Amino acid sequence: MKGRGYAALGIGLLAVLVVGSFVMSSAAWGGADGQAEEGILEVSPDYEPWFNPVWTPPSGEIESLLFSLQAAVGGLAMGYYLGRFRFRSSESDTEAETRSTDASSQT
Amino acid sequence: MHIMEGFLPVEWAAAWYIVAAPFVIYGAYKTAKLMDGSRTKALLAVSAGFIFVLSALKMPSVTGSTSHPTGTGLAVVLFGPVVTSFLSAVVLLYQSLLLAHGGITTLGANVASMGVIGPFIGYGAYRLVRPRTDLQKSTFVATVVTNWTTYVVTSLQLAVAFPSEAGLSGVVASASKFMGIFAVTQIPIGIVEGALAAAIIGYLLKAKESVRKRVGVPA
Repeated sequence: MKGRGYAALGIGLLAVLVVGSFVMSSAAWGGADGQAEEGILEVSPDYEPWFNPVWTPPSGEIESLLFSLQAAVGGLAMGYYLGRFRFRSSESDTEAETRSTDASSQT
Repeated sequence: MHIMEGFLPVEWAAAWYIVAAPFVIYGAYKTAKLMDGSRTKALLAVSAGFIFVLSALKMPSVTGSTSHPTGTGLAVVLFGPVVTSFLSAVVLLYQSLLLAHGGITTLGANVASMGVIGPFIGYGAYRLVRPRTDLQKSTFVATVVTNWTTYVVTSLQLAVAFPSEAGLSGVVASASKFMGIFAVTQIPIGIVEGALAAAIIGYLLKAKESVRKRVGVPA
């Protein structure tokens, strides 16, 4: 499978899952983390968390902001460096060649 | 994977910290050394970015709930599991401090599953598959294995800490319960992540010969 094939698979499957969530609208679509919490309490009903998060986002909106920020920073980093790879190829390779030629000519 | 704050008994929380810490420390050291080369620095940024993006996204799945992919597959293939453990620790720390996602007490356990064990087994899968097939397929396999293993490990971490009854049968019962929550949900999500990682590797291969060489280098 070529590069574009994998991208299509990834994005396509994700699209199917998202659309599926609209179709299966009766499901709760909660997070698996919360379900784990429920699962723990089912198994050990007396368990109480002994530590609370140091800071909780004051609202769902702010939580979305912070998640989006994380994704955005990651996305920017990826985009910048992937783009650099594409357009700097010939330049950096020649630089490296020149440098190694200089080094070997000094020995 | 994210076990929530305070939801691991203190003795388990401490034990997982002890497991994860040496890998994170060694990973930090290796990452610092990698920052010297401009090309490896760029690949490192792309790998770390992938973790940032994917672990921030909650995807719906076939079970009617949502979960995060791990995003660690790319780092595993390009830099090996040790560097991946350090990068994962950074992301998990951010999420535990600012997002109340995961936790500081559970940071050791979450790094152990997402940063250490998942990546090591995924890397093992990569080394097994790579001689037999091309880089993209290997990346796909490694990423899916890393992703699924991470969640299986999380389920087991919870199962040993919260057995439904004393003894091995209790652990097994809890394990299947937690795997039903995490692992099944993760099946399609892991495939999405694997496909995206393979696509990015494909792009990198087309872009530069040096990436080809870099990926020949083990952990």
